Amino acid sequence: MGMTVSAKILADHAGLGSVLPGDLVEARLDLVLGNDVTTPPAIDIMKKTGKDKVFDKDKVVLVPDHFTPNKDIKSAELSKKLQDFVCSQCLTNVFELGRKNMGIEHVILPENGLVFPGDLIIGADSHTCTYGALGAFSTGVGSTDLACAMASGSTWFKVPEAIKIVLKGKLSRYVTAKDVILHLIGMIGVSGALYKSLEFEGEGVHEISMDGRLTIANMAIECGAKNAVFPVDEVTLAYMEKTNPSRLREGRYKVYYPDEDAPYSDVITIDLSEVPLTVALPHLPSNTAKASEIKAMKIDQVVIGSCTNGRYEDIKTAAEILRGKKVKSGVRCIVIPGSQKIYRRALDEGLLAVFDDAGCVISTPTCGPCLGGHMGVLAKGERCVSTTNRNFVGRMGSPDSEVILAGVPVAAASAVKGEVATPDDI
Amino acid sequence: MTVEGKAYKYGDNVDTDVIIPARYLNSSDPGHLKAHCMEDIDPTFAGSVAEGDIMVAGENFGCGSSREHAPVAIKASGISLVIASGFARIFYRNSINVGLPIMECPEASSKINAGDVVRADFDTGLITDITTGETFTARPFPEFIKKIIDAGGLVPYTGQKAGQ
Repeated sequence: MGMTVSAKILADHAGLGSVLPGDLVEARLDLVLGNDVTTPPAIDIMKKTGKDKVFDKDKVVLVPDHFTPNKDIKSAELSKKLQDFVCSQCLTNVFELGRKNMGIEHVILPENGLVFPGDLIIGADSHTCTYGALGAFSTGVGSTDLACAMASGSTWFKVPEAIKIVLKGKLSRYVTAKDVILHLIGMIGVSGALYKSLEFEGEGVHEISMDGRLTIANMAIECGAKNAVFPVDEVTLAYMEKTNPSRLREGRYKVYYPDEDAPYSDVITIDLSEVPLTVALPHLPSNTAKASEIKAMKIDQVVIGSCTNGRYEDIKTAAEILRGKKVKSGVRCIVIPGSQKIYRRALDEGLLAVFDDAGCVISTPTCGPCLGGHMGVLAKGERCVSTTNRNFVGRMGSPDSEVILAGVPVAAASAVKGEVATPDDI
Repeated sequence: MTVEGKAYKYGDNVDTDVIIPARYLNSSDPGHLKAHCMEDIDPTFAGSVAEGDIMVAGENFGCGSSREHAPVAIKASGISLVIASGFARIFYRNSINVGLPIMECPEASSKINAGDVVRADFDTGLITDITTGETFTARPFPEFIKKIIDAGGLVPYTGQKAGQ
């Protein structure tokens, strides 16, 4: 039997010629990630393993981003514990607020050239699946797995079954990669790909930018998937050239292709031209609807940002829609560039001025409101249109608040209209 | 090993944000976490749960965030076992790693009522609803999980390997 891309990456990292779905393998890791919520417990757990040094100071990447800039004394202690560990372990990658390499973990790891095709990555954050956009195998774990991986440089995996997602056609005006992944989650449900890989292919893939692919892979977890993986093409190579030209030229990466007889538990074809502007209504990402069919749904807040939609293209698209417009009275529109580099580019290109003129709040990069941490927590009865990834009960604050997930064009248009809206409505 | 307790029953897709809301993740202390466990869908849980009680839920239990704080909070609450129709992948892995017993059993999940007294045997997978007299058999742990459990969890397992 042939192998999928995910199976091949796992087999190579386990030193095995071939593996089958369901096989258990112990594999060496190319990168291990943690954040300010998941790393502090992992530091304590690592001590219990008896190891006092991480396996490789270049390959352990710890990013304070969830509650930073620290929202309270307890979260300040978490960040301090993380940074003290980074310092004492002499880790190569140091992330300090305000510095050029800094931002939200799943935005900055690719942006800083730390992710390449064929890499095997785990992270103690469920959205670690983002890096499949670059042809890597990456998946989320908890703090104990993080601790043991920091100590040993390896972990165990169950080789997943895969669902093939074939993309064809071109996206309609204003429709984004976010609409594609919300559309898919709406089709298959929040456990539709449980334990499985989503392997994307088809000519439609080449129509989607790297920022868009990162958005799609990012939300694979919202249908239960273990990982998502995109084919490596000219878009990937151009991105690597921009982010880490030396590693690209040295050829320190590997491009995998699926075998012709690779097994897939299902094949789903999506015609991009038929994907509508899509929202996910409370309280599940699978509770999708056409944005144009949501009428007179008043909102109190809009969030544009996060590891899902805080990249340059997202910020630029938001500015294009908000240019010359005003955020509706009574609505808070919070714009959060996903990294310091994106923030600076938006500043240099005048995009932040567009947001300021429209009446938006502009925040330093942080996960902040996405998980109800800070920088935009919702009160009882409030409703938010958000470009983030989850709309569970209480996700962004009060258990009696509501989050509607959307792509950037719908979020920006909704900020202007004061209710769920599309760019054609404003 | 056998556990016995009163059943707390929940539906499908119980996510880690309701198991332990992110606003409480500024500490990973189990005592702090248990005080807020299930707060957003069952505000009475933390005040009423007793040592040994059992949680019963539907499909995709523990979906969402990778926060290990979720199984830690449930375990710290005194819950001796979570029975669900199915578990989300990261939660399943985290539960094994932190030593929270879990069993997949769709039939038990649908038939056990809130408040029933339930007994479960980890060795045989037998689940008994003492209140109704019904019995169910859970899927046994796969072999690789048994290896980690035999070592006493992932931390001692890794410690053993590091010492090799």
